[in-house]
Amino acid sequence: MSRRAVIVLALAVIALLAIAPFYATSFTITLLNYIGIYALVALGVVLLTGFGGMTSFGQAAFVGIAAYGTAWLTTAEGASPWLGLLFALALTGLVATLLGAVTLRLGGHYLPLGTVAWGLAIFFLFGNFEALGRHNGLANVPPIYVGPFSLEPTDAIYYLIWAMLIAATILVGNLLGSREGRAIRSLRGGVVMVESLGINVFRIRLITFVLAALLAGLSGWLYAHMSRFVSPAPFDLRMGIQYLFMAILGGSGHILGAVVGAALITLLEDGLQDLLPLFVRDGQQLEVIVFAVIYVLVLQFARGGVMPLVLRYLPRRTRKRIAAAEPMPRRMMPKPGSPLLKVERLVKRFGGLEAVSGVGFDVAAGEIVAVIGPNGAGKSTVFNLITGALPSDAGKVVFLGEDITRANQRRIAAAGIARTFQHVKLRSSMSLLDNVLLGTYLRTRSGFVAGALRFDRAEEARARFEALRQLERVGLGADPNEPAGNLPLGRQRILEVARALAADPALIILDEPAAGLSRPEKRALAELLRALRKEGVTVLLVEHDVEFVMTLVDRIVVMDFGSKLVEGAPAAVRDDPRVQEAYLGSVA
Amino acid sequence: MTPDIGLILGIDGIATGSIYILVGLGLVLIFSVTRVVFVPFGDIVAFSALTLAAIQLGRLPGTVYMIATLAAVACLVEIGHHLRRGQPRRIPRSLLYYGVLPLIPAAICFFSAGANLPSWLQIPLAIALVVPIGPLIERIALRPLADASVLLLLVVSVALTFGLSGLGLLFFGPEGFRTKPLTTEIFRFGPVILTAQTILMVATAAIFSLLLFLFFEQTLIGKALRATSINRIGARIVGIRPANASALAFLLASLLGAVSGILIGPTTTFYYDSGFIIGLKAFVGAIIGGLTSYPGTALGALLVGVLESFASYWNSALKEVVVFSVLIPVLLWRSLSLVQVDEEDEEVEG
Repeated sequence: MSRRAVIVLALAVIALLAIAPFYATSFTITLLNYIGIYALVALGVVLLTGFGGMTSFGQAAFVGIAAYGTAWLTTAEGASPWLGLLFALALTGLVATLLGAVTLRLGGHYLPLGTVAWGLAIFFLFGNFEALGRHNGLANVPPIYVGPFSLEPTDAIYYLIWAMLIAATILVGNLLGSREGRAIRSLRGGVVMVESLGINVFRIRLITFVLAALLAGLSGWLYAHMSRFVSPAPFDLRMGIQYLFMAILGGSGHILGAVVGAALITLLEDGLQDLLPLFVRDGQQLEVIVFAVIYVLVLQFARGGVMPLVLRYLPRRTRKRIAAAEPMPRRMMPKPGSPLLKVERLVKRFGGLEAVSGVGFDVAAGEIVAVIGPNGAGKSTVFNLITGALPSDAGKVVFLGEDITRANQRRIAAAGIARTFQHVKLRSSMSLLDNVLLGTYLRTRSGFVAGALRFDRAEEARARFEALRQLERVGLGADPNEPAGNLPLGRQRILEVARALAADPALIILDEPAAGLSRPEKRALAELLRALRKEGVTVLLVEHDVEFVMTLVDRIVVMDFGSKLVEGAPAAVRDDPRVQEAYLGSVA
Repeated sequence: MTPDIGLILGIDGIATGSIYILVGLGLVLIFSVTRVVFVPFGDIVAFSALTLAAIQLGRLPGTVYMIATLAAVACLVEIGHHLRRGQPRRIPRSLLYYGVLPLIPAAICFFSAGANLPSWLQIPLAIALVVPIGPLIERIALRPLADASVLLLLVVSVALTFGLSGLGLLFFGPEGFRTKPLTTEIFRFGPVILTAQTILMVATAAIFSLLLFLFFEQTLIGKALRATSINRIGARIVGIRPANASALAFLLASLLGAVSGILIGPTTTFYYDSGFIIGLKAFVGAIIGGLTSYPGTALGALLVGVLESFASYWNSALKEVVVFSVLIPVLLWRSLSLVQVDEEDEEVEG
C-alpha cells in the first residue's frame, strides 16, 4: 500500500466515525461507545505495559474508583458531572499515587501480583460500602451536559467519548516521542543503565503509572455518565485482566494497539454472545473458554499482537532528516592538570569474597588513565563503585572536590561522570538516535506536560542535533533511525560511547570500549579519545588490548586480586616485574 | 473479644492456614521449578472438593469430561510437537503419558458411576482424578513458553484462570456442594474445643510438608528438581530434562492441591470458582515468604489463615479486603529490604 493510500484510508475511517450516528444503528453506536471507553483504559495499559514495562491487572479498579467517585458526588451531593470529572480524576490519581509508591519499587512479578491484590481489595470495598449502595450500586447518575446540550442520547455521548479517546491518543503519542517519553521507553530492561543517565526510575515509573490510572479514571467517568448506573461487577479483577489482554491482543508496542484490541475484544464478545447459544445451552461459560484459548494462542504465537501484522503491510514511516540546530550549551571543563577524581582505599565485599580491597588512585583533569589487570582483578567493580552502581563497603571517592562515595548514580551523573558498561546496556528496540538522546536527559528540561503538548520542540531539536553530532563523531551517523539491536556487538559498545558523550561529561568512564572492534575501528576510537582529551574531557578506561592502551594513555593503574599492584606511565608499567608476574606467572 | 474467642479464632485460623500452607507449597514448588506464577492453582483445590462431592452423591464427576478434554488437547499438542520435529516414533510414548495414564482414573470413575463405592476408595479416586489436571495444563499452555520471561508466563497463567473457571462452570455447573465430613469427633481440653477435622487438616499439612522436605533433601529426583529451579541450563548440562522436571513439579503440586480440596471440602460449600480466592490467599502467604522459600511460605500461609479468621470476626464482609490489603505492607517491606538487582529483559513481548 502506498503512503497516500494509507492517508486516504485513515481519513476515510475518521470520516466514517464522525458521521456514524447518521447511518449506523443505535446498537452499533453503543458498541462503538464501549470500544472507546475500553480503548481509553487499554491506552493506559499500552503506556504502562507496552512502553513502561510494568504489568497491571488492576486497571479496572481505577475505572471503578472514578466511576464510583463521580456517581457518588453527582447523586448524593447533586454536583455537576464536570465537577464529578475533577473529583474522579483527583481521587484516582491519589489512590494510584499511594498504591504506586508502595508497589512500584518492586521489580518483576511482584508488581503484577500486587495489582491482583489491590484489584480484588478495591472490588470488595465497592460492594461493602453503605454509601456506595453495596452490591446494588448507585443508580440515577445524571447525564453530562455541554452548555444546554444533554449528552444523554447514545449518539451524543458518542462524540465526547471518541473526542476524548482521539485527544488522549495524540497526547500519549506526543509524550512517547519526548524526553520523558524516552525515559518511559527506557524502563523496559535493567534499571542500572537508566539511573546512570540521571533518570529517576522510580519517579518515571510512578508518573507513568498515575497517567495510566488517570486514563482509566477518564474512562470510568464516561462510563458512569453513559450507563447512568454503577455497580461493582464491571470493575472486578476479570475486567482488569481483560484490559491487559486488549492491549496485548491489539499490540502493546503501539498506541493504536489499544483501540484495535478494545475493538477486537468487544466485537468478539458481542459475536460470541450471538453465536455460542446456537451450539450450547449456556453460552456464557464457553465464552470465557474461547477467550482463554485466544489469549494463550496469541501469547504463544503472536506476542506482539495484531498491530505488527498490520504494520507489515503499511509503508515504513519516512523520517525527516535531522535539521541543524543551535548547539547545546556545554559544561565548563576543569582546568587541565587540576585534581579531578580521587579514589581512596575502596573496599567491596561480595559475601566472603573481597573483590576490591583498598584500591586508591588519582586522576587529573585532561588525562587518559587506563585500569588494567587480569580477568577477575576487580576493575569493573571499581568502576561500579565510582559511578555509584554498587555501594562500597569502605573507602572514599571525591570528584571535583565533592565527596560522592555515598551518592546515588543520578547525583554522580549530574556531577559530570558518564559511563559505558562491560556488558552492553542499550535499548535494542529503540533507534540509535533515541539511545543517544537518552544521554542528553540531564542537559534538557522538558517535562511530561511540555512533551505531551509539544511545547518541547525547540529544545528537542537541539537535543536531536546534538545526538546526531555524537553519532557522527563515533562513526554511526549513517542511519540514526536504525534499531540499536541491529548493530554488531562491537559497534553497540561504540554507541554507548556516543550516549555517554551526549551527556557532556567532565569524566567519561569506559569499560572495555575496544572489545570486538576491528583494527581500523580501534584506531578511530583512539583518535576520538585523543580529540576528547584535547577538549578537556578526562577519560578513565578498562581495556585488555595492550597495544591500544600503551599507545593511547597517559597513565596506567594495574590491578590484581582486588588490589592495586602498580601505577605509572605505560613504559614503566610494562617493564615492572610484578606486572609481568601477574600476567604471565613468575619467571622462576 | 474474650481470650476464649481469641483462642477459638486462633485455632480456626490455624486450620484454614494449614490448607493455605499446602496450596502455598504447591505454588512455590511450581514457581521455583518452572518460574510460572500459577494463578489458577486454587481451581484444582475446588475441583478436587467438587469431584469428591459428586462421587459421594453417586454422580459422575465433571472432572471425567474435563480430563478427557484436556488429555485430548494435550495429545494433539504432543503429536504436533513431534511431527514438527520429525520424530513421529515418539508419538506412542507421548500418547501413553498424556492420553492413557490420565484417563485411567477417569475410566474407573466412568464405569463405576452410580455404583456405591466404599468411602475408603472414594477419596483416593477423587485425588487420582484431579491430579492430572496440573501436568496437562502445563503441557498444553505453559511448556511451549518455557523459555519466556516470568512476566509473560504470569500473563499466560492469568489467562488460564479464565479458561479453568469456564471449564469448571461447564463441567461442574453453577450449584455449590459440600462434601461429607471426614470425621465428626470432637475433643475437649478444658475450655478448648478441637474438632477432629481441624486436627486432621493440621496434621496432613504437617505430614505433607515433611514429605516434601524429605523428597527434596533425600531423593535424587528431588535434588534434580532443586537443581532445575536454581539453574535450568546447568541442570540440562548434567542431564536433567527441564520439561520432565516441570511436568513433575506440576504433578506434585497438583497432588497437594487435590489433598487440600479433600481436606477443606467438608468445611465450606464449594462452587466451580471458589478456588480462585483460595489460590490467591495462599499466594499472599507465598509472597510473604518471598515466593521461593518453603518454610517462609508455610509461616506466611499460617499468618494469612489466622488473619482471615480474626478479620471475619471483626467484619465478615470485609475479611477479603483485609487479607488482600495486608499484601500491600508486605510488598512495601519487601521493597524496602530489597537489594537492587538488574533484571534484564523482564518484558511482556518476547
